[in-house]
Amino acid sequence: MPVYLDNNATTNMPEEVLAEMLPYLQQAIGNPSSVHRFGRMSRQAIDNARAQVAALVNAEPSQVVFTSGGTEANNLAITGSCRKWQNARLAISATEHPSVLEPAQRQLADGGYVDVIPVTEQGIITLAAFEKALQADTKLVSVMLANNETGVIQDIKPFIDITADRDIWFHSDVSQAAGKIEVDIKQLPVQLMTLSSHKLYGPRGVGALIIDKSIEIEPIIVGGGQEKNLRSGTENIAAIVGFGKAAELAKSELQSRAEVLSQMQLQLEKGLHKIPSVKIFAENQRRLPNTTLFAIEGIEGETLLMQLDRKGFAVSSGSACHSSKIEASHVLQAMGIDDRIGSAAIRVSLGIENTAADVENFLSAVNEILETLRPNLSLSVN
Amino acid sequence: MSDLNLPIYFDYAATTPVDPRVAEKMIQYLTPTGHYGNPASSSHSFGWEAEEGVNEARANVAALLNANPKEIVFTSGATESDNLAIKGVAHFYQKKGKHIITCKTEHKAVLDSCRQLEREGYEVSYLDPQPNGIIPLKTIEDAMRDDTILVSIMHVNNETGIIQDIAAIGELCREKGIIFHVDAAQSAGKVEIDVEKMKIDLISVSAHKIYGPKGIGALYVRRKPRIRLEAQMHGGGHERGMRSGTLATHQIVGMGEAFRIAKEEMDKDRAHIVALRNRLWEGVKDMEEVYINGDMELGIPGIFNVSFNFVEGESLMMSLKDLAISSGSACTSASLEPSYVLRALGRNDELAHSSLRFSIGRFTKEEEIDYAITEVRKAVEKLRELSPLWDMFKDGIDLDSVQWAAH
Repeated sequence: MPVYLDNNATTNMPEEVLAEMLPYLQQAIGNPSSVHRFGRMSRQAIDNARAQVAALVNAEPSQVVFTSGGTEANNLAITGSCRKWQNARLAISATEHPSVLEPAQRQLADGGYVDVIPVTEQGIITLAAFEKALQADTKLVSVMLANNETGVIQDIKPFIDITADRDIWFHSDVSQAAGKIEVDIKQLPVQLMTLSSHKLYGPRGVGALIIDKSIEIEPIIVGGGQEKNLRSGTENIAAIVGFGKAAELAKSELQSRAEVLSQMQLQLEKGLHKIPSVKIFAENQRRLPNTTLFAIEGIEGETLLMQLDRKGFAVSSGSACHSSKIEASHVLQAMGIDDRIGSAAIRVSLGIENTAADVENFLSAVNEILETLRPNLSLSVN
Repeated sequence: MSDLNLPIYFDYAATTPVDPRVAEKMIQYLTPTGHYGNPASSSHSFGWEAEEGVNEARANVAALLNANPKEIVFTSGATESDNLAIKGVAHFYQKKGKHIITCKTEHKAVLDSCRQLEREGYEVSYLDPQPNGIIPLKTIEDAMRDDTILVSIMHVNNETGIIQDIAAIGELCREKGIIFHVDAAQSAGKVEIDVEKMKIDLISVSAHKIYGPKGIGALYVRRKPRIRLEAQMHGGGHERGMRSGTLATHQIVGMGEAFRIAKEEMDKDRAHIVALRNRLWEGVKDMEEVYINGDMELGIPGIFNVSFNFVEGESLMMSLKDLAISSGSACTSASLEPSYVLRALGRNDELAHSSLRFSIGRFTKEEEIDYAITEVRKAVEKLRELSPLWDMFKDGIDLDSVQWAAH
């Protein structure tokens, strides 16, 4: 059985999440908009999941809008907000996911303005950089809580305080953070927050946008009026139920999961450091307990990736969403990392199913590969 | 009759149960021992296995439409497909023109997309159908202008089951160089769809209307001649840039399996459903003041929409609580407004209000139909006994001539 170390791309659902979903896949389930009993049962299941998802980030159930995933939630947050204004001006961090960057860039065509907030070579936004990016007419800011490639956790609280004073809306994509670190919308009072189910051991095809009651945005998908008119289309009940259960587990097991992941991460990075010319990106920053992005100088990332795959280890180079390109990812470029080392980057993202043995075996595999590629540089891992 | 499970599901047009064969296939892609991985993670074998499942599904969806798999764009459902088709075309071709033609009886996903475009400065012609639900070709042709960029007409109506002559409309649109979109959420798997013969440029389909899972649909986008769309969701560039977002493999695979079965068993399903629909009609047609909404000959058999005059629709629904039926479409059934579709067919408020939509499917049984007949007859008779309008009608008073006093 191959070892899956690409949990920031997607996660594997535990049996108990699947078990919750099965009745909604196997039995006659009504359309939640129907008034008969089948419809009402579906409605109830959705409401229950809504409460579970809300609880994960300490939001109110009524704030949760289910979408087809994190990408749609990000699009809805950006495009749905910008439709409120003429020629909207927004500020987004340079390391956002493409599903934030691209809808933001789209605003340019509609007469909007986009200011990009730079990051340091550690992937961090400084307070000065943040303030500098804000203009007099900035309406919306989008800064993710944790980065999918580097795992860097941004301290967004001071940024939120600034935007709150200036009446600027704050969107944060917490897809990678939720379930790995504590996320509390009362502590981080953003107006818009994106969640993705399949990043936290729920099914794919569902996500949520949490919308603060103080604001109103426009829908992208219309016709039917589901999700309070913010997202039309028959609800994906089985997936929503699975998302709810996954959120509930993520909340109750947050501490224990984080501890196990941190242990393995430490073990992994210790092992990597024994390899000459290894660079771990954003190493000294507060990072997610499961994410390690590293490069071995002189070893092409794709080569290492393919060799690891052959040995049964699934990792990623850069983010999966654009893995057909070979250059440093936009995240590493934003951090000022040069292409030579940036294109060698390999991301290991650990999951709750991984074990210390997986990490050990992974390190051995890397060393074996290095021996064949670069016999003079590899060291055995003991 | 004693072993019937109540309530009985007669709402297949709103959503269908997942076929057990579909569920089984989906579960293979959901379980830890199954095939997981992000299909876009092309570099490792986890991703490859998932991609294989997606490719097979794409071929199955294409096959039902006689399309090329490369022309299939997966979406979160027919609502998203309709939004993407209409707004995507409108935005891309706006330099060519800003006029769109559709019909008043379209699904809300089409109508609301058009309304959104109207607010952006587009012009939309909402055509009136004939009382039987059919839109005459001449009506469409007369509405066409030099700046018309899109015609959007549904194949089968979700409330009445009426089938439009898509091939004729396709021919007309092709001749005039106008893009033709068809919402086929209710027709896929029930009547033949052939994008070549029918000259369709864009088709919206849904999985959960034909025994597949909810939360997944597709948009067929013609490649020759090539139809361009402006994506409505961005980031990642999945689905050839037309629809970004990580694909839900298990749902795509489920949709593919549902479409494969639908193609294989279309005749069988149809024969089964026709027999049941006829049985239902035979069971109620001798009642007084019964009206079929739509047309038995021109509609699909799975949707049987009937009005019982002098009976209030909500009361009728309430007294039929063991039958999961709908009055109007599910998406609007929470409102007490009479169906806009039936109104567009020229039904008066009273008849529109007293309509019941029975939608029958693959898993409906004969005993369930018989039970429904008995229940409907009982309920209608009882409600009419209590109805002063029914008394007046029986006394020969022309209700339309009565001057009602305001209270």
